[in-house]
This record gives sequence, C-alpha cells and structure tokens, in this order.
Amino acid sequence: MDYAAKVMDHYNNPRNAGKLDIASLNVGTGLIHVSEYIEVVRIQIEINPAKNIITDARFKTFGCGSAIAAASLTTEWLKGKTPEDAFKINNMDIVEALSLPPSKIHCTILVEDAVKAAINDYRHKNGLEALQEEALESNYELEGM
Amino acid sequence: MLKLPVYLDNNATTPCDPRVVETMLPFFTETFGNASSRNHAFGWAAEAAVDLAREQVAALIGADPKEIIFTSGATEADNLALKGVFEMYIDKGNHIITTEIEHKAILDTCKHLEKQGAEITYLKVNSEGLPDLKELEAAITPKTIMVAIMYANNEIGVINPIKEISAIAKRHGVLMMSDITQAAGKIPVDVDRDGIDLAAFSAHKLYGPKGIGALYVRRKSPRVKVTAQLDGGGHERGMRSGTLNVPGIVGFGKACEISLGEMEEEGKRLAVLRDKLENALLQLEESAVNGFRAQRLPHVSNISFRYIEGEALLMGFNKNIAVSSGSACTSASPEPSYVLTSLGLGDDLAHSSIRFGLGRFTTEEEIDYAIKAVTETVNKLREISPLWEMFKEGADMSSIEWSRP
Ligand SMILES: Cc1ncc(COP(=O)(O)O)c(C=O)c1O
Repeated sequence: MDYAAKVMDHYNNPRNAGKLDIASLNVGTGLIHVSEYIEVVRIQIEINPAKNIITDARFKTFGCGSAIAAASLTTEWLKGKTPEDAFKINNMDIVEALSLPPSKIHCTILVEDAVKAAINDYRHKNGLEALQEEALESNYELEGM
Repeated sequence: MLKLPVYLDNNATTPCDPRVVETMLPFFTETFGNASSRNHAFGWAAEAAVDLAREQVAALIGADPKEIIFTSGATEADNLALKGVFEMYIDKGNHIITTEIEHKAILDTCKHLEKQGAEITYLKVNSEGLPDLKELEAAITPKTIMVAIMYANNEIGVINPIKEISAIAKRHGVLMMSDITQAAGKIPVDVDRDGIDLAAFSAHKLYGPKGIGALYVRRKSPRVKVTAQLDGGGHERGMRSGTLNVPGIVGFGKACEISLGEMEEEGKRLAVLRDKLENALLQLEESAVNGFRAQRLPHVSNISFRYIEGEALLMGFNKNIAVSSGSACTSASPEPSYVLTSLGLGDDLAHSSIRFGLGRFTTEEEIDYAIKAVTETVNKLREISPLWEMFKEGADMSSIEWSRP
C-alpha cells in the first residue's frame, strides 16, 4: 500500500481510538500538543504491573490524517510490549511503516513524545524514576555488543 | 442521478458554461484572425467579435466599452491597476490604502510597490470581515492616491460597502479601485452607482474560460490613466500590449452576457441551497459561519468546525466533494488562512474551516449529499478528537495540563 492508502486505512478504521481511566494507577497518559492546538495527540497505556507488559493502548488525535494514522498504528505496536521496549519506539519507525513523506514527519514526533510521556506518567504514578532517552539508548547499545 | 465528485469550489474557478464554449469554438479554427490585422477579412471578423465582447463585458458592470482593457486575468489587472496608477500619479503622492484580507494579487503587488517607495496602509477588518470606514477616512493623507478594496472576499464571501467606501475616497479626491473578481456576474456591480474608478476581474470565475480578464479604467470624471506594464505593439490603447486572445475574449463576453441575464434568478436559487447547507451544518455543535452573514455573496459559505482539523476533515470526503479549506498541514508550521486569522480566529479555528462555493450547476441533490458527508465526517473525527472529549467533559480549555516530553 502506498502512503495515501495506508493513512486512509487507519483514518477509516482507527485502531484503539478511545480512552482509558486516567485515574487508574495502571494507566499512563501522554498528552502532547504543538503550537496552540493545531495538533494534539493523546496516547494512553494500561500496564499489568506483575508481568510488566502493556495490556491495552488507546489514542485520540486532533490533527491531519497522518497524525491520526501515526497514533492509531502506534497503539497496535504498544500492546504486548514492555514499557522499556515501548519507550524505544522511534518516530522514524512510524514514518517508515506508513511510508509518510518528509512533510509529515512532524506528526510522528508528536506520537513518539506521547508514548514516552505516557510511560513516564505511569512510572511517576507508581513512584518510579522517569525513563530517559539517552540512558536507554546507551543500554541498548551495550546489550547489542 | 448524483454524479461524483461534487464540485463546491466555485470561488476557485467555475466550469465553462457550454453556451460559452460553443460561442468560442469558431474563433479557434475559422475566425482565427488577429484582431489588429486591419487589411483583410480575417482581421475584420476578429475585430468585430472583440468589439461585441467588449460591449458585453462593459454592460455587466455598467461601463463604456472603451473603458475595458483586456488582460490575462484578474491578477494581471490588479497588477496593472496598482502599478499603473502608482507610476502615473507619483507626482501627486505615493500612498495607497487597502485591507489585510485582499487577494494576494493585491497584497503582493502592494509589497512590491513598497520596495519602489510606496507607502501602503493595510486596514484591519473586524470579526465579521469588514473594514472600519472611520479608520479608512482617517488613514487618508495628502499623499494618498488610491483606495483599493475588494468588492467581495474570495474566502468568506463578505461584500464590502463599496458605495460608502468610494464616497469617502471621492470626498478626498482619491481614486477608488476594486477587485471585483468574486462579485462580477454574481451580484449587481455598477461602476457608476458604486463609484469605482478601476476594477479588476477574471472570466473563469463567471463560467468563462481561464486566462482572460479585464481591467476597467474610468474615462470620465475623473479620467483615469495607468502606465502600461507590458510594452509592445500598443494594443488596448497602449495600456496592454500583446495580440488579443480572441477566443478567450469572445468567451468572456458571452459569459458576461449570460451572467447579466441570469444573475438575479441564479443568486436567489443559490442562496436557498447555500442556506440549506449552512443551516444543516450549523446543527453540528461548535460550528460557526465566518464572516458577516447578512452581507454575503449568495453562493458562499465558510464554516469552522471546532475541535477537528481541516485537512483531516477534507480527507473524509474530498474524494467525493471538492471544497477548499483554511488549512494546509504540509510543514512543521502549517500556515492558516490569513483572511480567517484577520477576522480574529485562532489558528485552531482557522485550520478547522471549510469554504463551500456553490455555482450555476450545483443541484439540491448535491447539497443533500454534502450535508450528509460533512456531518458524518465531523462526527467521526470528533469521536477521536481529544479536544472534543475535553470540551464535552467541561474541561477548561485554557488550562489543560500538557505532558512534558
Ligand atoms: C478576489 C480575487 N482576485 C484575484 C484573483 C486572481 O484571479 P486570476 O487567477 O484569474 O488572475 C482571484 C482568484 O483567485 C480572486 O478571487
């Protein structure tokens, strides 16, 4: 499928659009916007603390079709991942998966940020230290060696 | 039977009326002469056709045929009017007054003139899209040579009180120029009644062909002069050189003749359809018309749908309905429509707006289809809009707690 078809597919059938209980200790919420509401993405994750697994993910987007598709696709990826793995989702993965043109890259940055914010919201609620991008990246490299 | 896609972007351009095309056709093949060939029948026939068209174009706006200069369109006519007057009247002054919500053909020409030493006042408009006439009068100085204010705005369809504006200009001995592109052929424009000294318009906005337009230049009280912007064979009484586009001019003439005859009835019919569309879409919560509703072109409606984004909205139906939006999310900082932001709309609302432009060939069936498609898309997108959810839950939108990435 080309970019238009992939975006259209998510636009017509958004996966996991909706809301999780923002007050629940198991739920992390990331709400990110750019300049005065032109684009707003909310990603929510529900975590099973015993297994350290994301069991559910939801999104809502105010933005163009690509921003909707980026958030929709990402919620599919989140389910079943550990929060640590989910934190590694890179916006360029989304760009690649949806074959987005360069002019739409900014939509995916928002989604990546919302995922990270959701994870750290969960960690904050549960008294855990926030994950840092740099730290994770170097861990990743160490693992790979 | 409904034929898709439905065209509701008649402010961008209109289809040629088949009667116009029919009138034009012989001028490509049989009557193909150069209208300035004075010594043979081909030239005479072309000249006669241009003469008739010039009368038809002039009649639409109550002008004399000698006051019509054919150009390639409204953009060229706007350029000729502004640059031509600026150069011709430089001894009198260098100040031109316009508004913030003119078409780019006016605004960018003004920007160009500023580099040549012109002083331009860009009047603000109120939330309904109208300039303050007291502010206009106060802006006039001894250096002012022209007021350039559009007859009707291309994005919101709001009609300016041109008669009152020109009266102010006249009182101060200042020329009145108006871009009448969106008004001509849609509502009655009369250069004498309206006090217009120069007027620019295009054939393709009134069911004529693209690439042809005109500048009206008053010849009597006052006699207005412009310097030519294209040098050459001295066509159009020296004001616009270049071999005349005879088929285009013939089509333009026919289009003006048809519009003059059918404008009143067409305007009434379109106002009914426009109101039906508008009232149905206003049933959606948090939707609003942009611009002064009581003083608008009968076929235009610009509506904002709060809490959804314009490009996503278009995506829901732009395979089947052609409209234009106040948004283009193609870069990291998408630019909303400058017309809508001048009305005081926030960037969010400017982005969530759609212009519907009905036209001669719009049917009620098409309007019913558009109502259904737009309503469904708005509802669907609000379903997945976080802002809509917060609004419905009564959140204070100005104090949302954003995550810090
Ligand atoms: C008000 C106004 N002026 C000028 C123009 C330019 O017309 P054209 O592209 O035919 O030169 C347009 C068309 O977009 C218009 O709406």
